[in-house]
Amino acid sequence: MSRARLPLAALALLAGCGGQPTDVRQTGPNPQLPAQNQTLVPPMKIARPEAWGDSRPTVPAGFAITPVATGLKVPRQMLVLPNGDLLVAEGKGGHAPKLRPKDVIAGYIKSLGTTSVKGGDRITLLRDADGDGRPELQTVFLDGLDAPYGLALVGNDLFVAEQGALKRFAYTPGATRIAQPGWEVTKLPSRVNHHWTKSLAASADGSKLYVGIGSNSNVGERGLEVEEDRAVVWEIDRATGAHRAIATGIRNPTALAINPGTGRLWSVVNERDELGARLVPDYLTEVRDGAFYGWPYSYWGQNVDPRVRPQRPDMVAKATVPDYALGSHVAALGLSFATGGGWGGPFTEGAFVGEHGSWNRQDLAGYKVTWIPFRGGRPAGQPRDLVTGFIGPDGKARGRPVGVLYDAPRRALFIADDLSNTIWRVTPANRTASRAAPPRG
Amino acid sequence: MASLFPASRASAMARRGVHPLHGLLLAVPVTLFPAALLADITYLNSAEMQWSNIAAWAITFALLCGGLALLWGLVDALRRRGTLLSPLLLALAWGVGLVNAFHHSRDAWSSVGTAGLLLSLISSGAAVAAGWIAFGGGLGRREMAR
Repeated sequence: MSRARLPLAALALLAGCGGQPTDVRQTGPNPQLPAQNQTLVPPMKIARPEAWGDSRPTVPAGFAITPVATGLKVPRQMLVLPNGDLLVAEGKGGHAPKLRPKDVIAGYIKSLGTTSVKGGDRITLLRDADGDGRPELQTVFLDGLDAPYGLALVGNDLFVAEQGALKRFAYTPGATRIAQPGWEVTKLPSRVNHHWTKSLAASADGSKLYVGIGSNSNVGERGLEVEEDRAVVWEIDRATGAHRAIATGIRNPTALAINPGTGRLWSVVNERDELGARLVPDYLTEVRDGAFYGWPYSYWGQNVDPRVRPQRPDMVAKATVPDYALGSHVAALGLSFATGGGWGGPFTEGAFVGEHGSWNRQDLAGYKVTWIPFRGGRPAGQPRDLVTGFIGPDGKARGRPVGVLYDAPRRALFIADDLSNTIWRVTPANRTASRAAPPRG
Repeated sequence: MASLFPASRASAMARRGVHPLHGLLLAVPVTLFPAALLADITYLNSAEMQWSNIAAWAITFALLCGGLALLWGLVDALRRRGTLLSPLLLALAWGVGLVNAFHHSRDAWSSVGTAGLLLSLISSGAAVAAGWIAFGGGLGRREMAR
């Protein structure tokens, strides 16, 4: 009769997975890395969406937060133009085939925690000339794009990283729409596009463009052939479109930014799943020329991932340890450095990080914007929660932060929220218009 | 065991034969669990992910059709139209197969490994034995059943 009980035993075994691990410090330069814990079923916890209603994200005392745009179509990354106009890239890409039953099931479960709005494949312009936090104009700036994500402006050239190409558009200062078609600087790797987002930053002198290209799988489960030119950061010559990989094994570099303290390129990077709730920490790192960051063979230096075959001890030995851990499964998608002295005080030098939020652990992680203090161009100290409250008291998600952008002239931090399809604006409280102010007629 | 498989009932079952639809459903786990086993062996020898994917789909469809065949077999056994041994073996194959389906949902090498191979081996053996008995093979009593 014990045989007949076997299915029940199996179900009991499944239900036993995904317990709470004791907590460990996983932020900063030396995160604790617990033992790997591969479970039969990956622990999945999806915060179901709920409208903001009258609630707002939580900001520290002395700051105010207001929505400056709503009704967007999956806003991701942003760019401030010299005249103060804000551009918002909207879209959802990827065309990874469902190769096995898991892809069907996990895809459905993850879809429960995201917006049902279809990606806009466009860029929206917000103009708030008087800087009161209520834009006078919200208009489609550029459309007909293919999952735009990274944005950069060099001179009057607007660069847009679509999921399959880097495009250049001629920008006229003050324009509210670009009608001219773009010029393709270079194609970007787009086969499968499991991680489709193409992050973008221009070098400090504007001569080079950097594009972050994510891996085509969690850890090689689509075969290593499709990983050619993936999990890399490309340096692209702005004039010729020629490229070279300056960093490899960098699993999913979802946002790139130039550190104003050093002029060097930094990135937030999403690490692998299904090794446990406390593995592997996502990270913030300087993107060092020639560095290999371990993926898929190892993580955080020489910690070997047993799931990759054939194993490559030679590559593991070469792996560079990243600079600063952000925590496991926080899904960092946004990075912006404070410039021009930031907000002063503790917010003078450092980086804002947008954390989209986890699925691969039972206790939610991320769902917030954090501040990483820097000193002398290097991270110095523990992260500080800056904007929270994206998970309501009922455990449902009101929003999920993606791109973050510090606008020094207006001393404002913008946050793209791709669940409520909103752009939030955080400012020191004495500089923002009261929400109770009558609308201007 | 004898009570599970009386010769008289076996011969009666064999004379009547398995319902064609029950037989078709049962044929799926009987073939697809071993197919998954072969795919697993090939994956472990090649590290080509597609073989692990093939095994995952084979196990999934073996579970879908095998689950229906298992219900059918249990109902037949309860109505004393068939042996209980075959459904019990199929239940073993199904339970181990379910664990194996989740195991195959892990990524890359962890989708198979030694554990996945063993699970495939057990569910294949149990499914083939379940089919052998259900189709009238018996346990060395084939001559009697005919």
